[in-house]
Amino acid sequence: MSARVVEPWLLAPLEAFVRESGARLTLIMTPAGQVLAQHGFTRAVEVMAAAALGAGIAASTGEIVRMLEEPEFRMLNHQSTRHGVFLGRFVAPRGPLLALVVYGADTSIGLVQLFFEDLVRDLAAATPPPAPRAPVLSADFERDLNENLATLFR
Amino acid sequence: MNLERLNAVLDQVTRVRGIRGAMLVSADDGLSVAEALMEGIRGHALAALAASLTARLGRAAEASGAGEQRFIHVAAEHGALLLLPLRDGLLLVVIADREVNVGLTRLEMQRAGDALR
Repeated sequence: MSARVVEPWLLAPLEAFVRESGARLTLIMTPAGQVLAQHGFTRAVEVMAAAALGAGIAASTGEIVRMLEEPEFRMLNHQSTRHGVFLGRFVAPRGPLLALVVYGADTSIGLVQLFFEDLVRDLAAATPPPAPRAPVLSADFERDLNENLATLFR
Repeated sequence: MNLERLNAVLDQVTRVRGIRGAMLVSADDGLSVAEALMEGIRGHALAALAASLTARLGRAAEASGAGEQRFIHVAAEHGALLLLPLRDGLLLVVIADREVNVGLTRLEMQRAGDALR
């Protein structure tokens, strides 16, 4: 199953992470739930639901962390019988991002965490310099959104 | 068994000449439970990779008909990695110099495993 990315520079770090960690499903998204890259999902509705839920979990946990006056939310892990779910937050050159990872019994949370660190580093290294800002038009926004969705589920 | 006791057992293992560190790892999770490592050893990376290696070699041993694995010795260019699967899903991991006395180290690792029962 191949990875889908909104921007090409995301592909190599994502593929390396999936290959090394043995993750079954991976989403890279903004804290608002906008998907930048995915691996393993076959249906758009699954991606949208997972992104929304992941962003919600990160937001609510982040709020609890803030109430406790602790540093910002970093990661969560849920271990089920057959699957584990890992949610990690990191700061990329373009801003904070979330990674939602579903893994099976053929790997471990230790490996997922280890290669998540590599993913963060690889994404930082691969991020291109920011492009000059152009005025944001509603027509451009809709076109970009549609193009991104088409790319992710092509 | 509390963490203090686990650390005491690891300290005993690291007294063997040539050992750079020892750690107890949760074999299923690949997470460190307790560790006594020299500076510069990435404990969490070692825990994750050692648990993965043990699981894969265990499957290979079973597939080959060799049965349950008892001890793993990886001899590398600059040192050795020694792994002893224990009961209760724990894995004892030892990092050693290349010239370490593997027999003595293995004996100490088994003693540590017995002490953890």
